[in-house]
Amino acid sequence: MLTVTELSCRHGENTLLRSASATFPAGCVTGLIGPNGAGKSTLLRLMAGLSVPSSGTVLAEGRALSTLTAQKRARMLAYMPQDIPPFPPMPVREIASLGRLPYGEGATRAEYHPAVERALALTGLQALAGRTADQLSGGERARLMLARALSTETPVLLADEAVAALDPAHALAVMHLLRNLAAEGRCIVLVIHDLLLATRFCDQLVLMKDGETVTSLPPSDLRENILRSVYGVTTRRIEQGWVPWDLAKTPAGEHFHQIVGT
Amino acid sequence: MKTRALVLNGVLAGCIVGLSALSLLWGEHAFSFTQALLEWLAGQHTAEAVILGELRLPRMLLAILVGGTLGLSGAVLQGYLRNPLADPGLLGVSGGAALGAVCVFYTGLAQLGLAVLPLGGLTGALVAAVLLVMLVGRGGALVLLLAGAALSSFTAALTAMVLNLVPSPYASFEIMRWLMGSLTDRTVLDVLLVLPGVGIGCVLMASSARALDALIMGEDVATTLGFRFKGVTGVQMRIVMGTSLAVGSCVAVSGAIGFVGLVVPHLLRGLAGHRPSRLLLPAFLGGATLLLGADIVVRLAATHKELQIGVVTALIGAPVFFHRVIQFRKRGGF
Repeated sequence: MLTVTELSCRHGENTLLRSASATFPAGCVTGLIGPNGAGKSTLLRLMAGLSVPSSGTVLAEGRALSTLTAQKRARMLAYMPQDIPPFPPMPVREIASLGRLPYGEGATRAEYHPAVERALALTGLQALAGRTADQLSGGERARLMLARALSTETPVLLADEAVAALDPAHALAVMHLLRNLAAEGRCIVLVIHDLLLATRFCDQLVLMKDGETVTSLPPSDLRENILRSVYGVTTRRIEQGWVPWDLAKTPAGEHFHQIVGT
Repeated sequence: MKTRALVLNGVLAGCIVGLSALSLLWGEHAFSFTQALLEWLAGQHTAEAVILGELRLPRMLLAILVGGTLGLSGAVLQGYLRNPLADPGLLGVSGGAALGAVCVFYTGLAQLGLAVLPLGGLTGALVAAVLLVMLVGRGGALVLLLAGAALSSFTAALTAMVLNLVPSPYASFEIMRWLMGSLTDRTVLDVLLVLPGVGIGCVLMASSARALDALIMGEDVATTLGFRFKGVTGVQMRIVMGTSLAVGSCVAVSGAIGFVGLVVPHLLRGLAGHRPSRLLLPAFLGGATLLLGADIVVRLAATHKELQIGVVTALIGAPVFFHRVIQFRKRGGF
């Protein structure tokens, strides 16, 4: 479980995050939603230990993140960034096995570790394991980033827009995968812009605006007025009718939000 | 992959052994190698023992140390900066070493003893390394790149100024010759001067191997994988200090030998694979092989005037680089 309390972050004159507080329980997929510049990625970076907060604390499994050694932190938190770097022509399996680096395993042993095998299977990359990563499409590269994160086998996964580059079929597959990982007891925190996916697959939503956490709620409690105050747009709650996927077994039941205009 | 790496390293090590033997055995003066070796080991000062132990042996050892260091530094810097054009000369420390040595020439201090010239180069390299660390501060790879470029330009400008001010054309010629790089007439003392910097530098560079692998995923992911890049004990400092110490020591003794650090990693990447850690040992061995080979070419091609080894490595390296450029353009690869 991750808990952030009164977390603030400044960069020069700019305040990127202002007294953000939220709890991210284990066994849940938490969606961080809000408009661009709301501070979602900043909060995720602070939780990953990539930036130092100006004030406030991040507790991971009850311990302050700043007191953990780099190795312990690496074995506890996996981070998937928004930007995917251009990969060199290395085999997909070898890149996924980089997730084993915190365990100090040799390159060859890491490549055939069961965790790497499982990560490749879960992300649907097993068939591409021998291909070189520079030949992958944008969506495949995003899945490879996720496979690398999964091969570390951490109890916490922080993903910044993990499904932004994916087509609907793969986005659904990845969201299903994240839900399954949460079902295993992991804490999944996901920055996401797609409200349909967020309300369908997340157990909890943390809404952010202007560097502050506005509220934390289950998707079923999300209302048009809350979304209007956060995004400044009108949304429509869909109770029935066509939606591009199966509605069964979702935390939000049959309630979705679709942006219809300002 | 493991077998491939073993074969590659084995072949390169075999090349080094073969070329080293050739370097020791072959020369203008033919003599019995065993006899000369026994005499040298017994501390006798016969002409053969002196040629073998005090001319050919240091030359061969320096070719291995300098070539290996340049190859390894190139591989480390290309991995760290994720830039295939990175080269040991990029950080400006080679420029500092060259400037230090040129100042020793200019002031006439070189006449005082054999060790003064390399010591001048070492001092220049250390001053440049300190300046580089101060310039980079808490900055990242891009700041390092910019600081290195600035320092490199500055030391080149100062070297040109000293060359401009040299009163005698003969001294100017000597400086130019030194700047082209050479392993001729180096002694055991030069090897001893190079060893500490190369030893510590190579250990520092090798210690960053896994961090270089992690950097494939970008610096953020590498940091979350447990590697620290900033700070006094961070990966960047280890790489900067490692390359500075090792390359600075080499340039102080051999002069600036170009293209080895740039070309060797490119030549071997296709064989060793694109994982940076897998390239480090082959790059060291490949650099040593290339410089040993180039030194033998220098000696083979010697007529009335011996070619400078830096000229030979450039003549070998540039066409190889042209070939790589064409390959890159066709493939559009990394």
